[in-house]
Amino acid sequence: MSELKSLEEAVLKGDIKAAVAETRKALDAGTDLQVILDEGLIGAMDEVGKRFSKGRIFVPQMLRSAKTMQECVNVIKPLFKEGDITPKGKVVIATVKGDLHDIGKNLVAMMMEGAGFAITDLGVDISPEAIVERTQAVGADIVALSALLSITMPAMPATVKALEAAGIRGQTKVMIGGAPVTERYAKEIRADSYAPDAASAVIEAKRLMGIS
Amino acid sequence: MIVVGEKINTSRKSIEEAVIRRDAAFIVETAKAQIDAGAAYIDVNAGSFVDGETEHLCWLVETVQGALDVPLCLDSPNPAALSEAMKRHRGEPMINSISLEEERFRELLPLVSSQPCHVVALCMSRTSMPTTVAERVDVASELVGKLSEKGIPREKIYVDPLVQPVAVDTQMGMSALNAIQEIMELFPGINTICGLSNVSFGLPERRLINRNFLVLAMAHDLSAAILDPTDNRLMAALYSTDMLLGRDEYCEKYIDVYQAGRLTGA
Repeated sequence: MSELKSLEEAVLKGDIKAAVAETRKALDAGTDLQVILDEGLIGAMDEVGKRFSKGRIFVPQMLRSAKTMQECVNVIKPLFKEGDITPKGKVVIATVKGDLHDIGKNLVAMMMEGAGFAITDLGVDISPEAIVERTQAVGADIVALSALLSITMPAMPATVKALEAAGIRGQTKVMIGGAPVTERYAKEIRADSYAPDAASAVIEAKRLMGIS
Repeated sequence: MIVVGEKINTSRKSIEEAVIRRDAAFIVETAKAQIDAGAAYIDVNAGSFVDGETEHLCWLVETVQGALDVPLCLDSPNPAALSEAMKRHRGEPMINSISLEEERFRELLPLVSSQPCHVVALCMSRTSMPTTVAERVDVASELVGKLSEKGIPREKIYVDPLVQPVAVDTQMGMSALNAIQEIMELFPGINTICGLSNVSFGLPERRLINRNFLVLAMAHDLSAAILDPTDNRLMAALYSTDMLLGRDEYCEKYIDVYQAGRLTGA
């Protein structure tokens, strides 16, 4: 554990060079891949999320840490055998139909990836039908929907209904977010969860998956 | 600088509550304070209501103009709400906004060309948000071309370059600033407008960032801004910048606001 301390520090700082070097060092020392991933990298991103939630760090620092983690994952990923990495859950994420805003959605995707979820990012302006189709194809545990305009918010309940109609609502949880979206709206449209920002999206996704 | 007062927006809790309880006095007071502080237009936005936006927006128009002689900036991405609000507006409103997004464009173009109005042209393309200067200028050119074809004079078109957060990409500030300058040069007589708060998303001390962004945008020829005119420090930055850029003959406005006691603490 202690040998991963400096890797964690480097990810927290967003120091790509140092973090990649620490990852290699850990590999050379024979540290288990899963341990590097879970304790070094995901552990660090967990701390990043906590600090962000407390207002101690800000969006650029969060992005920098996420990017650093990604570089480290690129180092260890080829060493995993096929199917060896078990994600915390599979997430399909999209900005809903009629809405082109992607910044918040991208932040959420990045933080979820950092937390060990497998992310399928469908992009912006995605129809309920396309979301259902990809959710089925991926076998997603969670569908995460973003909307930045009150006029595109109704695409959220439309997507929930489409998932219901496809008969996959039972195994797929829905979480929603975006500036005009509220907790109350999530309840109204029978979404399972609402997250106001990227860090809370991770906490909510873990809660939905039954991981603390 | 043309100042559009941004405070009557139902995403602000006090405004939302006032709209729900139909507190006309509070709304009029909020409008009046902004006019007194230098706003040429009062923005009205009821977008936080998923249901009933149209009805609430119309009430805001009638409430503000029932008490004050001021043009409004009708702020909604919803063509239906804008159409109804326009019918109730006296004089020439500013319509905020049209973009290249297909449905919005198709429904708003006949609306903005059917009666005299000022129109904000948001640099949003059909499929994405622009990131580079060139993308912004391309969308702006297409919008200006199409609005001009419909007989809307350039002086009534306000291009919004779509400001994005520097927290996500540190080049976003310069990209919007350079787009403003290029659009002003490319279409003489046109206006450019933007909000100030997007640029500071995800960062601490946002008002400081917003204020400095306003100064930079003015130096890049921005001609209108949607902001809180009751923020004394922000307006002090605006008046002093206008003067420094040679747009305040005999430093008249600057001295006026000083003598009115509105530069204290700035």
